[in-house]
Amino acid sequence: MEFFFQLLINGLSIGFLYGISAMGFVMIYKSSSVLNFAHGELLAMGAYIFLALLIWFKIPVIPAFVVTLAVCFSFGFLVERVFLRPLIGEPLIFVIMLTIGLASMLKGAILLLWGGNLYTYPDFIPHFLTIHLGGIDIQPVYNVSFLLGIGFLLIFGLFFKYTSQGIFMRSVADNQRAALSLGVHVRKIFALSWAIAALVAGMSGVILGVLNGINVHELSALGLKVFPVVILGGLDSIAGAIVGGVIIGLLESFTGGYLSPSLRDVVPYIILVCILMVKPYGLFGQVEIERV
Amino acid sequence: MKMRKWNFRLCGNYHESYSEELTIFETYFGRFWLLVGAIFMLVFVPLVSSSYALYIITNIIIYAIAVIGLNVLTGFTGQISLGHGAFFGVGAYTAAIVAARFGSPFIFSVLAGGVVTAMVGLVFGLPSSRLKGLYLAIATLAGQFIIEYVLVHWESLTMGTMGITLPRATILGWELNEDRKFYLVALVFFFLFLWMAVNIMRTKYGRAFIAIRDNDRAAEGMGIPIFPYKLLSFALSSFYAGVAGALWAYFTVTITSEPFNLGLSVEFIAMVIIGGMGNMSGAIFGTVFISLLNEGLRFMADMLINARIFTQTALTMAPLKEFVFGLAIVLFILFEPRGLAEVWRIVRSNFRLWPFSY
Repeated sequence: MEFFFQLLINGLSIGFLYGISAMGFVMIYKSSSVLNFAHGELLAMGAYIFLALLIWFKIPVIPAFVVTLAVCFSFGFLVERVFLRPLIGEPLIFVIMLTIGLASMLKGAILLLWGGNLYTYPDFIPHFLTIHLGGIDIQPVYNVSFLLGIGFLLIFGLFFKYTSQGIFMRSVADNQRAALSLGVHVRKIFALSWAIAALVAGMSGVILGVLNGINVHELSALGLKVFPVVILGGLDSIAGAIVGGVIIGLLESFTGGYLSPSLRDVVPYIILVCILMVKPYGLFGQVEIERV
Repeated sequence: MKMRKWNFRLCGNYHESYSEELTIFETYFGRFWLLVGAIFMLVFVPLVSSSYALYIITNIIIYAIAVIGLNVLTGFTGQISLGHGAFFGVGAYTAAIVAARFGSPFIFSVLAGGVVTAMVGLVFGLPSSRLKGLYLAIATLAGQFIIEYVLVHWESLTMGTMGITLPRATILGWELNEDRKFYLVALVFFFLFLWMAVNIMRTKYGRAFIAIRDNDRAAEGMGIPIFPYKLLSFALSSFYAGVAGALWAYFTVTITSEPFNLGLSVEFIAMVIIGGMGNMSGAIFGTVFISLLNEGLRFMADMLINARIFTQTALTMAPLKEFVFGLAIVLFILFEPRGLAEVWRIVRSNFRLWPFSY
């Protein structure tokens, strides 16, 4: 039973991280219907920038985290400006191909700079955050990631609901043309959503790095695991991303624990294919079935 | 119908019937140059090139078959497949298993590779082709990982990480015991499959693919059943990948699951984009470009190691390749989305009226 609870908690926390990293992906999809294949590399970038700030520049943890988020934010902005803006109005297939190219480029650049080794952050999370729960220790990392995740979810929930920029973003997602005619600056909103998505990706990259160590191959593979999560949760639903992430995380953890560890990494993709067959718009996605 | 003659290409569009519009070669010069090229490839290249060059050229030819297939899917039907690396692997493994276990003849195992791959492709194409949008990209991404897993872990069939060694290929008693002979066979396959693809695109199926790419709603409105046609396009393209994989398996002799990863899939996509989507010659241009880029980078890395500039160059070679790949894809999409084929067309049309271009 203890094993079961360990797996449960492990799955929940990993799933939560999947959910957080999928949030950035969903945000881009919602506002510009682009499938971002470079998401994993954005995660990796956040993790490596934080690492560089901590180890190379010896900046204390909290300022380093803030600087990382700022760099990721501006990077997202830059990516939109340089690579994606020229493609507004082009067929979607080019945009998706571009993110594939971008992924390859970023991964190559990170590998050139840091190599493919596994890095770990210096230990900085206070130990009093460890929770003892009937004989099981919940690592402080998990608690911190949970708190951060909840915090960001709240912030984004409020952002989308009440701020003008958030409302603009929702309007662009809903209907670009109508938003344009009502005076929403659509290009600015695109840039903003890429920037915010990169920021979220950077943050989850840091958390993943704390959790598993930093390795560009693993992080970019994780970026691809976003697809099962968002297909399960619904491509355009942020809450769905979290729920989908938790479900996928739990399934992964139990498969790894009870069936076989090697099956663990494939299970999400098997689920993905099944979901596409049965319920292609996911649990919370907007149903606009149009079989052409 | 007007006779095609030994005259130069006309300076305008003077077609009088649909069949004229559809001709592959407007003048006899096109056929003539194709013949010259074919003879050059069949006779001259194997005589002249070193064994290393021949190895690269054979690789390019085999990859080109897969890329032509992917181009039918991506360039003509407007669907992305991120699983073609794995499908290539399915073809290779099918051929290897059929040949090593049952001793089937070369032609049979190559075709079996194609057919089995087409069927595996259908499994992943079925859920996504029903839907509007680019769901095929996601489904094939899943396919890539699932197939990779199966190739490594279904040990009784695929021998896991040990790999399978294929017997030497023989065609009707003619043993392909030399690289040169294998090159010729691969070339014949290449011409056959290129010819097939070009002609499929001229039939109603090809036109339906293009209609689906350009506007799926309009295509549906004109009575094209989109789901079967998308599926057909995907099966066709998997078939090409499977045949190419089977040829590659015979060429490499021993195969493991390692090369058939996501990187290979991205490489295939890069070939399609850089060559030019929706252009048959583009597939060939793209394959040649990427393969030569690979060789160039390897050559550069070797040189740097010899010059002892970097001791770590051997390690940084793979990321450099990854980076250059990505950069090439991004630059082509931003500046020449129709790829090298378009560049070639522009160059040619500049010379067509030379020196009196006005």
